[in-house]
Amino acid sequence: MYLDTDNRPPITPQLAFRVAVIGGFALVMFAIIFFRLWYLQILSGDKYLADANNNRVREIKVQAPRGVILDRHGRVMVDNRVGLAIKVRPDEIPPPGRERRALYERLGKTLRLKPADVRKRVEEQLRAQPFVSATVKQDVEFPAVSYIAEHARDFPGVEPEAVFLRDYPHREIGAHLFGTVGEVTEEQLDQSRYRGVSLGDRVGQSGVEYSYDRFLRGENGKKRVQVDALGVKTRDLRETESRQGRNLRLGIDLDVQRVGQQALGTSRGAFVVMHAKTGEIVALGSSPSFDPNIFAKIIRERDFRRLSSEENGKPLFNRAIQAGYPTGSTFKLVTSVAALEGGLITPDTPLFDGGSLQVGGVTFKNAGGVSHGSLALRQALTVSSDVFYYRLGLAANNKGSGLLIQDWAKRLGIGRLTGIDLPAEGQGLVPTPEWRNRLYKKDLTDRPWSVGDNINLSIGQGDLSVTPLQLAVAYATVANGGYVVRPHLGRRIEDADGRVLQEFEAPGRRKADIDPAYLQAIMDGLVGAANAPGGTSTAVFQGFNIPIAGKTGTAEKGLGRADQSWYAAITYPEDPQYVVVATDEAGGFGAERAAPMVRQIIAALYDAKDDGPETVGRVVD
Amino acid sequence: MAAAQSAFGTAVKGFREESAARIVRIDVLLLVAALGLMACSIYTLGTATEDDVEGSPYYYVVRQSVYAGVGIALMLLAARFDYSRLRELKLGLYGVTIASIGLVFLLGAAARGSRRWIELPFFRFQPSELGKVLLILALSAFVIDRIRRLQDRETTSRIMLLALIPAIMVVAQPDLGSGLVYLAIVATILFVAGTPWTHFAALGGLTAAAVTIVLVAAPAVGVTVLKDYQVDRLTAFINPSDDPQEQGYQLNQSITAIGSGQKTGRGSDQATQTKLDFLPEHHTDFVFAVVGEEFGFAGAAIVLSLFALLIWRALRIMTMSKNLYGSLLAGGICAMLMFQVFVNVGMTVGIMPITGVPLPLLSYGGSSVLVTFLAVGLLQSIHVQARETAAAKGRELIV
Repeated sequence: MYLDTDNRPPITPQLAFRVAVIGGFALVMFAIIFFRLWYLQILSGDKYLADANNNRVREIKVQAPRGVILDRHGRVMVDNRVGLAIKVRPDEIPPPGRERRALYERLGKTLRLKPADVRKRVEEQLRAQPFVSATVKQDVEFPAVSYIAEHARDFPGVEPEAVFLRDYPHREIGAHLFGTVGEVTEEQLDQSRYRGVSLGDRVGQSGVEYSYDRFLRGENGKKRVQVDALGVKTRDLRETESRQGRNLRLGIDLDVQRVGQQALGTSRGAFVVMHAKTGEIVALGSSPSFDPNIFAKIIRERDFRRLSSEENGKPLFNRAIQAGYPTGSTFKLVTSVAALEGGLITPDTPLFDGGSLQVGGVTFKNAGGVSHGSLALRQALTVSSDVFYYRLGLAANNKGSGLLIQDWAKRLGIGRLTGIDLPAEGQGLVPTPEWRNRLYKKDLTDRPWSVGDNINLSIGQGDLSVTPLQLAVAYATVANGGYVVRPHLGRRIEDADGRVLQEFEAPGRRKADIDPAYLQAIMDGLVGAANAPGGTSTAVFQGFNIPIAGKTGTAEKGLGRADQSWYAAITYPEDPQYVVVATDEAGGFGAERAAPMVRQIIAALYDAKDDGPETVGRVVD
Repeated sequence: MAAAQSAFGTAVKGFREESAARIVRIDVLLLVAALGLMACSIYTLGTATEDDVEGSPYYYVVRQSVYAGVGIALMLLAARFDYSRLRELKLGLYGVTIASIGLVFLLGAAARGSRRWIELPFFRFQPSELGKVLLILALSAFVIDRIRRLQDRETTSRIMLLALIPAIMVVAQPDLGSGLVYLAIVATILFVAGTPWTHFAALGGLTAAAVTIVLVAAPAVGVTVLKDYQVDRLTAFINPSDDPQEQGYQLNQSITAIGSGQKTGRGSDQATQTKLDFLPEHHTDFVFAVVGEEFGFAGAAIVLSLFALLIWRALRIMTMSKNLYGSLLAGGICAMLMFQVFVNVGMTVGIMPITGVPLPLLSYGGSSVLVTFLAVGLLQSIHVQARETAAAKGRELIV
């Protein structure tokens, strides 16, 4: 129907006229625009170029607060607070010379620092990062800041800046877990884990602050202000807001952590509380501890030296994961597994304990010289017979490659990294003939490997070096049916309102493949050690209403030095829940110092009312 | 054997000649203008946006190149297709326009905020952009249906109503620029078709009254038709220095950028207005100011010349079309291109209000690039069809 209207000659005069009108309009518009451009660019170009050059931008970084670190119940362990820092801008500080010296003088007076220190600090930072403001003092009191603000003319290039500082409300409690936050180094900037971090930003440098930095650090915002050629602000430009870091919730229970720290008191030692099946850490501490709040600011060199000095017990050192020690009789658990799996004994093979064993002209004695007579594995663990284990150490040395104990120690996680989510973990050492002979060849030790070394190893003495955490992993493996867990602190990532953003699943466990009957026999022995008459820690746990299995350890540290006290416990041995390990470097017998500590910790763990052991048993192990 | 080979050779030759003829029938200058503008766009975006997305300096360039590639394919496809067949689909095309614009409202309401696009996996589809071409196709068909009754006022008012419905919908999105483009399109189509002058005079009067009501009378009695910022933008160009903090700021920065380019530009490194973000939206609405700053009067003149070439070819195609439908389509497309070029460029040089209209083929944006190439493809189709009809009738086109 409508097609007939659509056939027409190519062009009508009417259409031609209308196209001409549109074309004429376009021509006029193009002409106007061309003239306008001519006017703007050719005739007034100089003026606009001057305007453009007068337009300048200064970018101000808006620091993002880091995420908060919480304990398993959501209690804040690491918080943020706002402090004022005094900084100097590299582009506005007077050039080196008299004026700059005078500025340092005034700054030192106002901030109560030595002018030489001010100079050293500023120049060092400006040398390292020439385009970033150098911090003169972090966390300055308000009167000093307002004095500087009021006398701005005397302080060219000096400006206060609000900074977020870490705040540790519980001070010494858990100090070793959190670690420190510091300015990113240039080497770190090249690493992929610091993508998005820029010069001058603060990142986690140790502890979980380091391990979970990716989540904890926020995104800094930017404020751009337009300034004229004289640096006077003319206008706020777009601002990108900072985003606070995510909150990190740990498996740590603050109460247990506190009790563990208090139990250690001023002693040098460590404790670990770990879930036996998952490896989740509930408490982990080292003593002496320190107040991490001093790291929130720029730490003084004097403080740093004090915290790392040997005389003060190196408070910064995290003994629970970094210190390797001989573990004394607590190591008998490892020897037991090796002997059973290596076929040296069955759970019921009796061996004779006459109080001492002669090997190659050397007499190895029971602690205290007691004789336990003929006994099998369970009883040997319960009463902690050394001779029983000397015999196993001797037999292991003569069997096959002679590395039976060493191999099983490794399989149980001793002498290797546990893989905990904390940096700078210690590896420890399980001595082998090869290791000692190599040292001997380099003249680093007085003698090559001998059978005596293996006998010493069987009861956890000699060159053995185990971290408290590794011992906890070995005990957890026996308790949970043969799975080597990987200890971990991080539970999940939350936003500021507590909504879960990411849940960390328990990391994979490695199966150690141990006969369940052997594990049961060892557990029986450990239950006996803490409960049966004659058990090494029975006296300590008398009247304690939480069922436990546990092993004492007393490591000899050489002539003239106090013995190191150890205790490793498993709660609810029928269906194991937690492994608790405690040690005191100079605590004496295991039952004397470490076992009561473990009792206190377990009481806190289960919220049990407990007044502690009635008497401290003088039982040797 | 030899004979078969030669027969095959003849077939191939014949095929080649046919497709060669097709290609020859494309308007080469129109193609050159479109591709030239696209090249300018990619080059300008490359220098202007390298610091915009942290970590990926080619973010916009890569995306714009992909849009260009798809757009060019779309254009070549449309060129081979006889546009006349679309006339019968007018109701469907009009329905799609209204439905897709309506869909934005529904999705926007679901996201509790106003939006102009539909989120697709690979890009943000802007129905108001596609609506420009669909509306040209549908309105031209409606006009042809009533071509014998163009003198009736009813015809003019009906066509106007058909255009006003989508126009009001996009203005409410709020996308004032696209709404104005729709009105320019319908006015031009009516004009090309031959609507009497008296009708245009009446429409002009109505428009003046409407503007008065929207800008003056309605606010006075407390009814807001345009959002405050839209009014500010529309009136800022009258006196940009009045309030540099607000709308005039963008305009001042744009003029400063263009002026500072002088004869041959400041080069991409020295272009502080662009590089330091003084120039807002420098990859979309204010891309012409970037050209002005970086490449100066020379660069701006080249870009404007390419636009002039594009519009000249569109006007020429309007006159050679084999049927009136083609002329109306070409007229509508011409209006769409002209309006956007003049309003956008006029805005950056401070002689037109700020309305948020993209510069065709130069501004960054998938919907705009694809739709503009589609429109150029339709122009090519009209050109090819005209040539083929002329060839079939055995006569030369006079134009």
